[in-house]
Amino acid sequence: MGRIGYILLYACLALVAAFQIFPLLWLVLFSLKDNAQIFSGSPFALPNDPQWGNYLNVWQGGIGLYFFNSVWITGLAIVLTVLFASMATFAITRMNWKLNKFVLGLFMVGLMIPIHSALIPLFSMFLSVNLIDNPLSIVLTYTTYNLPITIMILLGFYYTLPREIEEAAVMDGSSINRLFFTIILPMTTPVMATTVIINMIYNWNEFVFVNTFISSDEYKTLTVGIQNFIGQYMTDWGSIGATLVISIIPVLLAFLFFSNKVVEGISSSAVKG
Amino acid sequence: MNKVMSNKLMITLYIFPALFLIAVLIIVPLILTGYYGLMDWNGIGSMTFIGMENYINAIQDGAFWDSAWHSLLLALFSTLSLVIYLAVSMILASKIKGADLLRKIYLIPMLLSSVAIAQLWIKVYNPANGILNTILRGIGIENPPSWLANPDVVLYAIFIPILWQYAGFYILIYYAALKNIPESLIESAKIDGANPLQIAYKIKLPLIMGVVKVTIVLAIVGSLKYFDLIYVMTGGGPSGSSEVMASYMYDLAFSTNNFGYGSAIGFLLLIITLVVTVIIRRLTASKEDIQY
Repeated sequence: MGRIGYILLYACLALVAAFQIFPLLWLVLFSLKDNAQIFSGSPFALPNDPQWGNYLNVWQGGIGLYFFNSVWITGLAIVLTVLFASMATFAITRMNWKLNKFVLGLFMVGLMIPIHSALIPLFSMFLSVNLIDNPLSIVLTYTTYNLPITIMILLGFYYTLPREIEEAAVMDGSSINRLFFTIILPMTTPVMATTVIINMIYNWNEFVFVNTFISSDEYKTLTVGIQNFIGQYMTDWGSIGATLVISIIPVLLAFLFFSNKVVEGISSSAVKG
Repeated sequence: MNKVMSNKLMITLYIFPALFLIAVLIIVPLILTGYYGLMDWNGIGSMTFIGMENYINAIQDGAFWDSAWHSLLLALFSTLSLVIYLAVSMILASKIKGADLLRKIYLIPMLLSSVAIAQLWIKVYNPANGILNTILRGIGIENPPSWLANPDVVLYAIFIPILWQYAGFYILIYYAALKNIPESLIESAKIDGANPLQIAYKIKLPLIMGVVKVTIVLAIVGSLKYFDLIYVMTGGGPSGSSEVMASYMYDLAFSTNNFGYGSAIGFLLLIITLVVTVIIRRLTASKEDIQY
């Protein structure tokens, strides 16, 4: 292929990259402007006199609380999901029992179904045990609905662990708990890191459960919080922009530092079909 | 060894948390949806059994079929867009410097919440000050459409952010599959005088067909489940012109308190998704890789 061919191919790829990046670049720019600059100036002009106050205002105006809720709910659900998924994957791949394939099949149902089909019964179940408008309902649903994909990612890794490790440990009189927590679990650190990142992205971005189960402002997470918030700031573009930037910074940071793990996790989540 | 690893109590302890949560919060609700669909129920008061009435109503409900049609259109667009992703991946995988960085840049929108994406694109489409109409006016188009308020274009307008969101995901998958093709195959085709297009179409495409089939399933089934983005961007409007199955169900239950009818729609959504999944898998599977 000639030189011109290569330049054309690069141009195509650069065009796609520009399409993927420009809306975000524009977002960051208008988050630092006031309406006068946004409505009169060129959309890609750098902000003269950047309005950092936009960020401070929205943070103090409620986004700080939503951010905090997102952090602890995301974090708690990650810990529970990865722990329960690791235990279940261990039992399915390493222990001897008849129904293991059946149970695995049951878990995998969770990968195929539209969550909206389960929403109304979930709502009435939580209502009957007083968990509506209680963040516990969110932690429980996040934990549960991420179990299937987490187990699926862990599964491949667990199958490759050599049997000799367990045999040696059991010979030495190690209990199952010691074997799992001090030998197996530490060995799965790389794949656990992948599942943590994937869980973080899913939980951080989740919308419909919070929107359905939580009504008090004090428990809302960022995705639902910014919905209400933006409603009040309908015409103040700078504040809306700042709100959106704050909400996407954590996942962008995670991507910046752990991009290979993110790529790995997203690729393996595709196999689910 | 076998005795320790067959300890029934330990097996139960290790499987229980995950099994309990999935059974109670995924499997039971799915069954209950079908059951609630048989009820006249506002979500709070008592239920009245009305047999198949909700399901019969749903089948005769024009608004439901409109929403199903919109879901189907999105599925069609998503499937067609795979061709673009495949083409980009082919270029990306053909010894391009910086390919790794580029595919990561493409992936960025995929990491954002649908709410943030929807809010951002509401701004992009803003008739007066959005970036799209600013550019269109800049190149001399006098009256660009008000994208999200126009029933004739709203579905297409919604599809652009979907394309934007998922491009990096599909490119990532295709890129990985293409990189798995042994270099020797491409080299020997070149020696036989095949041009790049022939190599792409006759050698690379057949070799990654398994992955392409998986992405077709993902694109179609994923489209049937779309909710967040549309709910935030248009709420299904204007006047139902961008309503999809999940948003229709959601509004029935949580805006109009029609829980019984909403459950019936939810159950139909489940059945349609499962049936479509099985059909697409049958259609795309070759004889040796049928598996359920």
